Amino acid sequence: MKPVNQKAWLLVLPVLVLVAISALIPLMTVVNYSVQDTFGSNKFFWAGDVWYKQVLHSERFWNALVRNLIFSGVILAIEIPLGVFVALHMPRKGWGVAACLVLMALPLLIPWNVVGTIWQVFGRVDIGLLGATLKSAGVNYNYVQDPVAAWATLIVMDVWHWTSLVALLAYAGLVSIPNAYYQAAKIDGASGCAVFRHIQLPKLAHVLTIAVLLRFMDSFMIYTEPFVVTGGGPGNTTTFLSIDLVQMAVGQFDLGPAAAMSIIYFLIVLACSWVFYAVMTREEADVTKPKEGGP
Amino acid sequence: MARIDLSEIRHRYGADYALKRVDHAFDDGGAYALLGPSGCGKTTLLNIISGLVTPSEGKVLFDAQDVTHTPTEKRNIAQVFQFPVIYDSMTVRENLAFPLRNHGVKKEEADRRVDEVLQLIGLGHKAGRRARGLTADEKQKISLGRGLVRADVKAILFDEPLTVIDPAMKWELRTQLKEMHARFGHTMIYVTHDQTEALTFAQKVAVMYEGEIVQVGTPEDLFERPMHTFVGYFIGSPGMNLMPATVDGATARIGSHAVNLRSAPKVGGRIELGVRPEYVRIGAEGTPAQIIGIEEAGRLRIVRAKLEGRDIAAVTPESWEAPAEPRISFDPKGVNLYADSWRVETGL
Repeated sequence: MKPVNQKAWLLVLPVLVLVAISALIPLMTVVNYSVQDTFGSNKFFWAGDVWYKQVLHSERFWNALVRNLIFSGVILAIEIPLGVFVALHMPRKGWGVAACLVLMALPLLIPWNVVGTIWQVFGRVDIGLLGATLKSAGVNYNYVQDPVAAWATLIVMDVWHWTSLVALLAYAGLVSIPNAYYQAAKIDGASGCAVFRHIQLPKLAHVLTIAVLLRFMDSFMIYTEPFVVTGGGPGNTTTFLSIDLVQMAVGQFDLGPAAAMSIIYFLIVLACSWVFYAVMTREEADVTKPKEGGP
Repeated sequence: MARIDLSEIRHRYGADYALKRVDHAFDDGGAYALLGPSGCGKTTLLNIISGLVTPSEGKVLFDAQDVTHTPTEKRNIAQVFQFPVIYDSMTVRENLAFPLRNHGVKKEEADRRVDEVLQLIGLGHKAGRRARGLTADEKQKISLGRGLVRADVKAILFDEPLTVIDPAMKWELRTQLKEMHARFGHTMIYVTHDQTEALTFAQKVAVMYEGEIVQVGTPEDLFERPMHTFVGYFIGSPGMNLMPATVDGATARIGSHAVNLRSAPKVGGRIELGVRPEYVRIGAEGTPAQIIGIEEAGRLRIVRAKLEGRDIAAVTPESWEAPAEPRISFDPKGVNLYADSWRVETGL
């Protein structure tokens, strides 16, 4: 029998240590909290699934989850088509390309809390350009008191912040389509609409899946910007899952329920990632499979 | 189907002319090949015919009708590209129906024609399959099918369509193309840099060199009477022997080797004598030469020799043995005289 070389363990050890410190140990600490209770002085008691039941039965959790899903759905519905639209109209050659790419990348380079602050000031009715303008135009806009205005501000802010990412991804996808496809479409007499539907969109499918994945995950975990702009208000109309979680863990110091909620939150994100991964790999399998099988 | 005339076509990208001057007619129903090395302008010429490129100067006529500024989609041309272009999201059948749908052909009529073409390209059993999973040659057949499906297609253009096809499939596809041409009589123009492909496919081959068509002719013409030294060099394997020469009356000389011409040509400039290796005789007659090497090439032998200090190649039968004192002579049938690269008529 071939002797087994155990040296490989040594080589993966640094990674294992890193992953343990950065992910496993914190995660297990959270798991620990989620199944125990404490009355202070660092003494813990076994609590079983109490916290999980409590979270899953709390209206507060479900409301935050629904709010978060609606938020993600709305920004995806705006950012993906808008990003593709922008990418279709970006220049393909000349100095405009570089200028466009730099301008598009700018919002992506701004730290998130700065983005929040910009919009927080921008939307203020007393001094903000947007808020004051709307007010003088007679629009009843006040994101501090009006839930609709608060939501609108957050959505417009997210669209402003992240549509560039979708546009850049879509642009990269578009420029990689060989010219022959457009030539063939001309030969076949295809309209601009048909070119988009049958050439550009199918060729973009892959990058768009990635864009949807990135934007969904990110918006589903959004914290900084709404925290800075609305703080979760008015009332708790813009309290998304992560804001709720931080309030529970840091504000109320309810470590048990907060830990249980973290785990559930984590599982939802994991499940979504798995679904996306499955969809993407199935698409690839669809491409390669028929080649192996005969007629 | 149509006759295609190219009148005084010139085209430039920036300051450089990719096409210097092309003036040529493609007869209705002919099978043509455009043969030339990479960068000689053959793809540009093809794209000018299909309308993907508008020429800087000159006119394109379909059946005597000026279409120079007619957009591609109105020209009714089919074109098969180097890399297979298929619509990924559609099935094989939908791919073939796509041009018909764009032209507003009725469903029953479209179905009938698509069925015909499916049969023709032999993909009937894969009609419902998604097109993107197919092999390269099947995809190329779909590209071709999208051209054939249109009833009134003026010409079918091929831009090196077999580049990505396996060698074994190349033969089959080429044969099918010839059959299709014989059956339907479409005007076909086939761009390639592979002389075998060009010579086996086409009735007439146009050889392009540096943005010009230097000769149009049957494969025999190109072989026997290359009008330009480039044709001599590019067609045939090995290419034509070209030797600097001087002309004195009806005699051409390469060093001390004299070749009798039938008439005394009036020539100036750079004079060269061109003889294909097939017409070089190595034996007991002629000018002494040294044999440098002999290559086996199947049923033939390629002999490399030196004549008057210049390299010369000869093709001999397999049974040929090198003589002890080799001398070189030329078969008069195969002697061509060139002045500044262009052929001069000498009556030989």
